[in-house]
Amino acid sequence: MFDYSKYMRNTKLPHIWCPGCGHGIVMKSLIRAIAKTGWEKDDIVVVSGIGCASRLPGYVDFNTLHTAHGRALAFATGIKLAKPEMHVIVVSGDGDSLAIGGNHFIHACRRNIDITLVVFNNGIYGMTGGQYSPTTPDGDRSSTSPLGNMEPEFDVTKIAEGAGATFVARGTSYHVPQLDTYIHKGLEHKGFSVIDVTEACYTTHGRVNKKKYPSNIDMLKFQRDNAIPISKAKEMSEEELEGKIITGIFCEKQKPEFTEKYQKIVDSFSGGGK
Amino acid sequence: MTESKFEFIQGNIACAKGAAYAGCSFFGGYPITPSTEIAEYMSGYLPRNGGKFIQMEDEIASLGSIIGAALTGAKAMTSTSGPGFSLMQELIGYACIAEVPVVIVDIMRGGPSTGLPTSPAQSDLLQAKWGTHGDHPTIALVPNSVEEMFTETVRAFNLAEYFRTPVLVLGDEIIGHMREKIRIPEPGEMEIIERTVPSSDGVCPLPYASDSGKPACLPNFGKSRFHVTGLNHDTTGFPTMDPEIVARENERILAKIYEQREIVDSYEEINCKDADILMLSVGSAARAAEEAVKTLRKKGIKAGLFRPVTLWPFPKDQFIKHAERAKYIIVPEMNMGQLKTVAERFTKRSKIVPVNLVNGEPISPEHIISVTKYLNI
Repeated sequence: MFDYSKYMRNTKLPHIWCPGCGHGIVMKSLIRAIAKTGWEKDDIVVVSGIGCASRLPGYVDFNTLHTAHGRALAFATGIKLAKPEMHVIVVSGDGDSLAIGGNHFIHACRRNIDITLVVFNNGIYGMTGGQYSPTTPDGDRSSTSPLGNMEPEFDVTKIAEGAGATFVARGTSYHVPQLDTYIHKGLEHKGFSVIDVTEACYTTHGRVNKKKYPSNIDMLKFQRDNAIPISKAKEMSEEELEGKIITGIFCEKQKPEFTEKYQKIVDSFSGGGK
Repeated sequence: MTESKFEFIQGNIACAKGAAYAGCSFFGGYPITPSTEIAEYMSGYLPRNGGKFIQMEDEIASLGSIIGAALTGAKAMTSTSGPGFSLMQELIGYACIAEVPVVIVDIMRGGPSTGLPTSPAQSDLLQAKWGTHGDHPTIALVPNSVEEMFTETVRAFNLAEYFRTPVLVLGDEIIGHMREKIRIPEPGEMEIIERTVPSSDGVCPLPYASDSGKPACLPNFGKSRFHVTGLNHDTTGFPTMDPEIVARENERILAKIYEQREIVDSYEEINCKDADILMLSVGSAARAAEEAVKTLRKKGIKAGLFRPVTLWPFPKDQFIKHAERAKYIIVPEMNMGQLKTVAERFTKRSKIVPVNLVNGEPISPEHIISVTKYLNI
């Protein structure tokens, strides 16, 4: 049995997440992935913004920083650049990282700064009671889309890759061993890594879309039944992929990492040059 | 004293050199007129001297990045102007409640909105005090010369590190861009305050505990694991909604500054003691006011100038002392009466005469003197 207590602030439990929420699954996956790296706890910073997922740092025994809505990556960039020897992990919901934090998201990708971002992507603003987010599926009802969501959704992996992230993967809260692997690879990757995790929020999303998601178990089953590995997806048409969750590693490449590049410049002057 | 200690530089460069003198090792910023020279200077200075500079994607990210850097132990700063300062407001509150020392330089320009990007104004005097939501401590320093751009930036870092709070430096386009001869102090000549950190490394159980109103003694990331949040928290750093603790902590972050006024206060008094006409002015407007005082004195009119260098917290006791005996308080400022509201608050007897200019031009001594013609002196 894996001993989570070593990595948890056990006195801060129970957590705030609802029954049926995927955040606990992803948190444990993250902890197992961190354990696999063998990093010292003092050398790890976990940064978050605002939202349900962003309460995670309070529960884990690292240097932890719960910032303002959307801004986790901006704070994390400062930490990583000021102290590159630290391992910086950002946990963020879909609204936090893609709507209010969208600008920071694309620029962190562009800089290829060595930060691992785990997007807890449940397609809804859970903390505020279930408003539609940039990843709410087309047509789904929410408290601010009572007639069905009319906005198209973001594909996190496409934005990340297009903006310059050098490791991009997608997993789900159903396919847990696979998720462990993706997060671990993301942590070990030198450069900006994004792991988009498809999750479910039954409390604020499922309950107002009863036909599509009759219960919280059905939301997990939805992930099980609609996940398509990227290798298989390549052979499928756009119509066939409609409403599917494509999982896998979308991009993994080596490119110069921002803080290393910067440190080299700094070190070249350390002999007292001006 | 050798000649090499003197430099003929603009205010923004003096600010950057002051930051360097204070030990600034991290700058995160976004280009904006009329402050950009500060970022430009730091982008070359820092990497050459073991520090880090980053141009972020906007001003919100700039302030976020320096708060992150400061939490690792760096002395961190950003610089901006009105529109960027507006964007930063939320995270100024964050730095206040999370007690993270940062220096924010705002080289004020005309507004509202894009306003007059290349012209001077004193548009953010009240935004500096009230811009972010919630009750929070504010320290804002207002230099009125190139030399003070240097020395007040050093003092801003000292106050930020001592109190573990954001400190604002409010320059304006005139102070930022004009050139004056200044003497750069020798290393060690000005006192440099380093932040207090726990005496030993390891897990810090009570990072937000403080003794008798003194600032909290937070560790730095990487030395001991602790939690930082913008939620109301207790002395362990973790969120709480306990009304007693929330009230106590909200009061503490105000009290740590307002009960140590002797450390924060700074002001200049010119001919205040017998002044019938007392001027209250800051920054570049105060230079015109000083000139007006000299001219009026030559005419035999008892004029004086009270110039807060620390604008926030406002040096009210000292101001009241002079205001009590003055017949008139003239408030020259490059806005529509922001400092005037402060004068009104602390003046019971004297008549307040505003002198406002919001057309992008500096206030002239003649402009100030012209209003005295109508006063019953």
